[in-house]
Amino acid sequence: MQSNTKQTKDKAQENEKQALEYLRIQGASCASCVSKIEGALRRVDGVEEAVMNLAQSTVSISGQAPVEAMINAIKAAGYDAESITDSSDEAVLDEKDKADEVYYQRLTREMWIALSLGVPLMLYGLFVGEMTVSTTTERMVWLAVGLLTLGVMFFAGRHFYIGAWKSFVNHSANMDTLIALGTGTAWVYSMFVVLFPALVPEMARHVYFEATAMIIGLINLGLALELKARGRTSEAIKRLIGLQPKTARLIRDGQEVDIAIEDVQLGDRVRVRPGEKISVDGVVVEGRTAVDESMLTGEPMPVEKTAGDEVVAGTINKSGSILFEATRVGKDTALAQIIEMVKRAQNSKPPIGRLADTISGYFVPVVMIIAVLSALVWLNFGPDPRIAFAIVSATTVLIIACPCALGLATPMSVMVGVGKAAEAGVLIRNGEALQTASKVTAMILDKTGTITLGEPKVTHIELALGSDDDAVLQLAASLEAGSEHPLALSIIQSARERGLALAAVENFQAVAGHGVQGVVSGHSLLFGNERLMRDSSIEIDSYIEKAQAMAADAQTPMYFAVDGKLAAIIAVSDPIKDDSIAAIKRLQDAGIRVVMLTGDNRATAKAVADKVGITEYFAEVLPDQKSAKVAELQRQGEIVGMTGDGINDAPALALADVGFAIGTGTDVAIESADITLMRGSLHGLADAIAVSKATLSNIKQNLLGAFIYNFAGVPVAAGVLYPFFGLLLSPVIAGAAMAFSSLTVVTNANRLRFFNAQKH
Amino acid sequence: MIIINLLGLLLIALIAWWFWIYKPDAVLADKNTVTVVVDNGIYEPAKIRLAAGQNTTLRFLRKDPSPCAATVVFADLEISAELPVNKYQEINLPPLAAGEYPFTCQMQMYRGALIVEGNGG
Repeated sequence: MQSNTKQTKDKAQENEKQALEYLRIQGASCASCVSKIEGALRRVDGVEEAVMNLAQSTVSISGQAPVEAMINAIKAAGYDAESITDSSDEAVLDEKDKADEVYYQRLTREMWIALSLGVPLMLYGLFVGEMTVSTTTERMVWLAVGLLTLGVMFFAGRHFYIGAWKSFVNHSANMDTLIALGTGTAWVYSMFVVLFPALVPEMARHVYFEATAMIIGLINLGLALELKARGRTSEAIKRLIGLQPKTARLIRDGQEVDIAIEDVQLGDRVRVRPGEKISVDGVVVEGRTAVDESMLTGEPMPVEKTAGDEVVAGTINKSGSILFEATRVGKDTALAQIIEMVKRAQNSKPPIGRLADTISGYFVPVVMIIAVLSALVWLNFGPDPRIAFAIVSATTVLIIACPCALGLATPMSVMVGVGKAAEAGVLIRNGEALQTASKVTAMILDKTGTITLGEPKVTHIELALGSDDDAVLQLAASLEAGSEHPLALSIIQSARERGLALAAVENFQAVAGHGVQGVVSGHSLLFGNERLMRDSSIEIDSYIEKAQAMAADAQTPMYFAVDGKLAAIIAVSDPIKDDSIAAIKRLQDAGIRVVMLTGDNRATAKAVADKVGITEYFAEVLPDQKSAKVAELQRQGEIVGMTGDGINDAPALALADVGFAIGTGTDVAIESADITLMRGSLHGLADAIAVSKATLSNIKQNLLGAFIYNFAGVPVAAGVLYPFFGLLLSPVIAGAAMAFSSLTVVTNANRLRFFNAQKH
Repeated sequence: MIIINLLGLLLIALIAWWFWIYKPDAVLADKNTVTVVVDNGIYEPAKIRLAAGQNTTLRFLRKDPSPCAATVVFADLEISAELPVNKYQEINLPPLAAGEYPFTCQMQMYRGALIVEGNGG
């Protein structure tokens, strides 16, 4: 009976390991239901095993059957069932952690098995006696040890041999191939010595069982430590995934109800109290609050939200209670897209990793060939016992080579670097963008909305005709109602603030880069820059000085003409963002040539540039000339970064070596640029450059370490130092070096986690 | 000694032939869905023949608990996916032009390739 229970338990555990689908059963209450349900499932094509847990009313099923077929089978048996296999990011991550933990336990168990034989053997060899076969007693003892080592190979190293064999028949070779060949060669030679000592020269009757056991133990230890270290490389993505709330409080029929996040529909009204997370993306319809968006944008100050403002999932409502309408749910939320983008970028490779990838592709067979060549050289030219030297050198070459360190060098750093950037509100599209960003030598900053707030305000009206500010502003605003230019919006806003009603505009025409014209209330109006006035033969000479004075004060003067005569100069000013000056200095300190680009006149451009510490600027640039300016710097040999709003600047962003789209809050232009800055501050740009430089230098350290390790380690293992210094590495040392070389790479990549972009 | 040397050189030639020169057959994808099992250090099948210009779904089933197997990367397509242990993970591929598209683990130790044939018509 006890045995039966144990068998069932073992079966359940085994099934748990293989389970592909979990179903929750309704209507099952007795033991007989269990066999009925299990039987029904086993009859479904593709189901290999089904085991029910009556206490939890769940059944775990292994095999390849579609879930609908399984549910139908259960229904046909008289019960109801639903799938509880959770495919959310968080569930996947949880499962990954669980699977990693199980694997870690296995590796440590296997490590102890191997080392418990390897360490005493090694100590015996070092301190007690020679591991040679000379007497019959020694033969018997070493035969026993050899069989114990075979046990270690089976119980602690089986996965290497199976992996090596499967790869071999598949015409590929990997890490397992090298370990299996190395440890296998040492064991086979040792057993040969034990079984047929007469066939081996007396000096060469040495056994290497300790090498086999120690290598298996050390490599399992290295893998276990690497597994833990690798877990830490994905901390950033785990944190992002953890931001996703599980439930939302909906208003349904006037009642507040908590429902699972997956069930929130577009248009649902969601209530969020102070201290709670925003569950999905939406627009506030009621209430006023401050929202902490720092986890997504890196912006430390809470953002004020009131009716009409957007809120995004994962951010935290700080002060007031709000009601919002869901506008993006599920995989469409900004958070879900950010997670998706970060995941994608973390697995993409910068060009710097390509060489290592190419080498990795040929590496293992090349090492095998070197091992054979090394053995041949020792056999032909080595001192006696040649065969023993040949075996040791071949084994050591196979074991010391570590393609994993080469292969891991780039992806581990990218994983941490991209995650680190995401934490600072910087979304990097892929490895190539990351690498190019680290090499940017010139950065073009669009003035409006990038250096400045992008919210210009009317600061002064200098009348040339009449004495009524409001009348001029009313006409100008009526004309600008047809325009979408940020300066136009400031004029309209100013008119609204003064309570002026706008009139209809006729024959509206935008003169790109110069201004607008049209007819309002029977008056022919022109509104724009000096060139527009001169082109239309409007007399402005006596006002040029005043306009220049405004421009020198970083205001943008715009000429307004009514019926062919200058009526006023309206000055508009766009305040510089608080931290633009500091951020620009960070870029310049990093050795980057910072260039400002604006459609404004030269004087205004100069005034703004002077204020923020920029010495080079392009003024009066028409929207379609932005790309030309990017190309101009590229012709000068610069690697050009272009920073713009991601929508109006799309062509210039695309032409630049790296395009940085600067967002405002969580208004993400994810698809439009190589790098998206989630917050408006230019510090995000400096952070992006700093993180990319740090990541690239980390990759270089890793690659250099892995190259030097392999390119120096393999020849040393082959014995190139022996003729000069009498030095030949022991396979055990090689095993330790190999086990820790990939761990070193992962640990070095993990150092990036402590990188603080703001301090660089 | 000559025999040993010749055997050694033959072994080197065999290594080069087996791993680099010999091209194993690719598995032809039917019904636009292919199941790829990730186990013991390999993708099985490792070479998959697809028709150009068609949507294809690859169903990865990772049985290998090693973290090396955790991610599959289609570098040329900028597609990657985390593979849960003992669960299917579907990857939908867009219609592809003829050519060879390798897929690997992050470290390039697990290697496979999509061999896309035809003109996509």
